[in-house]
Amino acid sequence: MCGIVGLFAKTPEVEANLGALLAPMLYEMSDRGPDSAGVAFYRNPVASGNTKLTLQCDNPHHDWELMRDALADRFGADKDVVRRANHAVLVAHDEAAPVEAWIEEQFPEVKIMSAGEAIEIYKETGRPEKFIETFDIQSLNGTHALGHTRMATESKVTTAGSHPFSTGLDLCLVHNGSLSNHNGLRRMLRREGIRFQTENDTEVAAGYMMWRQREGDSMQAMMDNAFEDLDGFYTFLIGTRDGFAVVRDPIACKPAVIAETDEWVAMSSEYRSIATLPGAEKAKTWEPAPATIYAWEKEKV
Amino acid sequence: MTTATDIEVVDLAVTPLRELNQRLHDAKNDGPKSWKIVNPNGAHALAVGIDAELDVLIEGHTGYYTAGMNKHANVTIDGNAGVGVGENIMSGTIRITGNASQACAATGRGGLVVVDGDAAARCGISMKGVEIVVKGDIGHMSAFMAQSGTLVVCGDAGDALGDSIYETHIYVRGSVKGLGADCIEKELKDFHREELGRLLEVSGADAKVDEFKRYGSARQLYTFNIDNAGAY
Repeated sequence: MCGIVGLFAKTPEVEANLGALLAPMLYEMSDRGPDSAGVAFYRNPVASGNTKLTLQCDNPHHDWELMRDALADRFGADKDVVRRANHAVLVAHDEAAPVEAWIEEQFPEVKIMSAGEAIEIYKETGRPEKFIETFDIQSLNGTHALGHTRMATESKVTTAGSHPFSTGLDLCLVHNGSLSNHNGLRRMLRREGIRFQTENDTEVAAGYMMWRQREGDSMQAMMDNAFEDLDGFYTFLIGTRDGFAVVRDPIACKPAVIAETDEWVAMSSEYRSIATLPGAEKAKTWEPAPATIYAWEKEKV
Repeated sequence: MTTATDIEVVDLAVTPLRELNQRLHDAKNDGPKSWKIVNPNGAHALAVGIDAELDVLIEGHTGYYTAGMNKHANVTIDGNAGVGVGENIMSGTIRITGNASQACAATGRGGLVVVDGDAAARCGISMKGVEIVVKGDIGHMSAFMAQSGTLVVCGDAGDALGDSIYETHIYVRGSVKGLGADCIEKELKDFHREELGRLLEVSGADAKVDEFKRYGSARQLYTFNIDNAGAY
């Protein structure tokens, strides 16, 4: 069991209060996933050509300012270092690929949680309410956000094994369910050059999506392939630069509810998360059909 | 002092769920017969295990297993219901004015469950005598291993309807995406017309008997066939 939540803002008010609205939704899913929690927020996009990085380090004494200075010397970087618990957001003045390669080489103790223009991923082991408090989730604004509470079944309870998983620039995945063929898929994906940090099944699904996107698949094509190749149960919430998508496996064993008003679109494993939102009782509420993609996107300006 | 016409209002925003359920159970012996529950906010296991002739109105959406194991009571959910609403219902009536999630009335043994909206996957799975009327559509794998009872669908049915069915009458007005193993279309006889007409009437469904097709068991799967003895 795991809990997943998503919230997509349709108004500036909801954007400004996105974290304050998402936090109670995530808290309601604590029973479904007490082992660890995580969120992806899409907010404050950086200029094209720059890369926003969410970084994590287990060492509480890690010198983020020193790292920022080294990054600035090498690529140019924003002055601001925005820290949340053991995570920090840095902005590099270059494309993601060389920056990420350089960080992995120069700072092997630092893990890259996410990279892109807007995405920020925060995740940690422990109770969801502790996570919400430690990372001050309520204070975050954003256009849309995804969250996850984990009850581990397939692999260890670690930060790296927590959700959301980055699946590429400004892309992420959260998952409720379990995949049964992840070992074989992981071997296949390693041959395709996809790298993995854990023995986690969802990381394999994330790697699979990374691979399909690299091969040029659209969302629909990627999921059509996934329906064939991924064996197991899943409700996926897929975050993109401009929105998110909800997909359930063809048998639809894992729960999902979607609700929509003029102010927001919300999805959750259970309605009680959505019930925390203003206007929930009047929202159009439905259960997504199996093997069907439900997607919302900001109108591109 | 409460009289028979008083409505007991319980606000789940302030009353713990277990306290409410205990009071509903205690009402079998003594207590109010009409109840209104407000602010359910998706709570699980709401009004489960009632064993008395109560009228219970739940205003709002509920979580899993609402009114499960219901006996005698008349429960109305004015909203959507989560997974397994009316699970193992024994008798009485459960009405959902919105949509029902997966496994609506699963394993139900008796009584009536009416869904004014749609029911999701596995509606009536392993049903054992319950009568179900869904005014909208139902999802895939509905009436899986259905043993007895009646399922009426005024809209469309999803894939694998009635898979591995034993003895259950299924009536569908709209399209059926696919029939499961051993489920076939069957003749609508007078007995079935009567049964369907009665259920459409009691549920208030705006549909005519002749618009429906009946589906049921081909009886090829579950009966022991001596010719197959060698296979065991």
